[in-house]
Amino acid sequence: MNASAFDALEVESIAAAEIARALDFYGPDGRGAAPLLPILHALQHAFGYIDDEALPILARMLNISQAELRGVVSFYHDFRRAPAGRHRLKICRAEACQSLGCEALVAYLAQAFHLAPGQTTPDGALTLESVYCLGDCALGPAALIDDELIGRLDKERIDALMSEVRK
Amino acid sequence: MSATRIYIARDSAARSVNADAVAKAIEQQARARGQIVEIVRTGSHGLLWLEPLVEVAGPQGRTAYGPVRVGDVVGLFEAGFLHGAPHDLSLGPVEEIDFFKRQHRFTFARVGVVDPLSLDDYRAHGGWQGLERARTIGPQAVVDEIANSGLRGRGGAGFPAHIKWSAVQEAQSERKYVVCNADEGDSGTFADRMLMEGDPFLLIEGMAICAYAVGSDRGVVYIRSEYPDAIATMGAAVKSARAAGIFGGAFDIEIRIGAGAYICGEETALLESIEGRRGQVRAKPPLPVQSGLFGRPTLVHNVLTLAAAPFILTQGGPAYAAQGMGRSRGTMPIQLAGNIKRAGLFEAPFGLTLRELVYDVGGGTASGRPVGAVQVGGPLGAYFPDSLLDVAFDYESLAQAGGLLGHGGIVVFDDSVDMSAQARFAFSFCAIESCGKCTPCRIGSTRGMETLDKIATGVEPEKNKALLKDLMNVMADGSLCALGGLTHLPVSSAMKHFPQEFEPGNRST
Repeated sequence: MNASAFDALEVESIAAAEIARALDFYGPDGRGAAPLLPILHALQHAFGYIDDEALPILARMLNISQAELRGVVSFYHDFRRAPAGRHRLKICRAEACQSLGCEALVAYLAQAFHLAPGQTTPDGALTLESVYCLGDCALGPAALIDDELIGRLDKERIDALMSEVRK
Repeated sequence: MSATRIYIARDSAARSVNADAVAKAIEQQARARGQIVEIVRTGSHGLLWLEPLVEVAGPQGRTAYGPVRVGDVVGLFEAGFLHGAPHDLSLGPVEEIDFFKRQHRFTFARVGVVDPLSLDDYRAHGGWQGLERARTIGPQAVVDEIANSGLRGRGGAGFPAHIKWSAVQEAQSERKYVVCNADEGDSGTFADRMLMEGDPFLLIEGMAICAYAVGSDRGVVYIRSEYPDAIATMGAAVKSARAAGIFGGAFDIEIRIGAGAYICGEETALLESIEGRRGQVRAKPPLPVQSGLFGRPTLVHNVLTLAAAPFILTQGGPAYAAQGMGRSRGTMPIQLAGNIKRAGLFEAPFGLTLRELVYDVGGGTASGRPVGAVQVGGPLGAYFPDSLLDVAFDYESLAQAGGLLGHGGIVVFDDSVDMSAQARFAFSFCAIESCGKCTPCRIGSTRGMETLDKIATGVEPEKNKALLKDLMNVMADGSLCALGGLTHLPVSSAMKHFPQEFEPGNRST
């Protein structure tokens, strides 16, 4: 999921494919904004974030206002408006992981790596994010490194991860 | 020489503690020793504290070893585990482990046993029989079976399922939808995820039964983006069910992926999200059964509700209703999470007490310290002190005790927990996840957090406690949905049961 340069033609082709899929599955109900979330996920997958320049294109293709579109993009925690680091570490901070000490790990990341949730390491290797539940509540503290789930996270594992992503 | 079958979970929880590496090490070690093994990746049995759990098939059935680390693999081979020989990690057959033996596995019967994506396995273990029977007895009789089972919505509200099925069945529309809510956002819950990763065809069969009964030809599974493995497994299962002609051209399913909004677990916000809008809650009425997805009659159910349907259709409603307590019929996949020794999934009839679940089943805290607090039913559920754990785990008993069952998650904290900080977190979570549509939730959550801070730092504590009570009443009565409406529960239960922690200066963070 590396950030790549904005490409209007690719945005159009991603959107067109999802629009066609929605019409195929939902019939007339699939008109308008119905394919919007799949489109935004696909764009973020392709470019690493949702570029502002993509919004007028999507608004035109879906026949919705840009205001509405910006409202949707900003509503969901997943969608980024700017590129993230090469890797993303999502650390769970919900109750089950709290009971197993996740806040101490967040404090450790701040103290040892000067990294707070929402921040990216200066070398662009890793973005840290907070997340509320990864469904690994029996084996917490849990985190997601890119798409890989990590259970029983501890300081040693964080150290190992930080040196891995910097290779 | 025939291959020895070895079963290792592909469930993401098992993978989160290195199941993939263990599988690989076993494969390599077998090759180096010239032994032939066939590794089958299954769902997890739910004995999650024992993952990675390795089972070896033998003439007497499967023998389990766990938790297995990569460093244990050589020793296991040397001890002769391929022939079921004893080892320090021997657990015997999974069915004989107390945690497993005490369960009634209706919904999770196949999870941990079969290859989740094998259609042959699914059929060989009784799959599709519920759907076939449904098609034989007709839509009305299907709804009657659901009514006889006493099944209630497993997402949290506990509403009788058959009333919704009847409503959508009777609704007149050229298009109806069945929507599966797999936006399992409550901390301490993972049953939906385990089911989708461990037996996806069961959910597909449940949806197909439901669609047949209510006259729908389109289903949507809305899965949260935090569950990449469940998304992949469900996607692959839908594809192969479709290719195998299971739907007979009369039904199809789309997988939709959420985007990190807790509120989309609320059914109307979920529908808005599928429609491509902000996940904002709709005012009710109209109910989704009347006007749901794209304004069509829509049946929205949690994963576990839909996944209960195949058992009910195969065995009959009364067989399901025979388990349980009071008006809570059947079984509930209970999730034991957080600081608990034997953490995992425990499917049992309603009616065990919290104390039995936390101590007898769960073994107390993982840290070995005394139990400090137990939160039941997710982030909107009440905190119980150790002294109040004798309440039965069913919808009515928990409600009577000032709590809720929710999606069946139980999170244990040891006595190092700071209840004032937990109460503050409840408000802060509500503030982060509020959809913003109604004022009590959007603003009340932040004001609640500030007022708790004042109490903690000794600013007019009595006055602010009264103010907070008033604010929580407004949120409970004036919010559109359960997020604003129930955030008071963790807060007020913490203040009621742990008053000393709300004395000024007692907060540790």
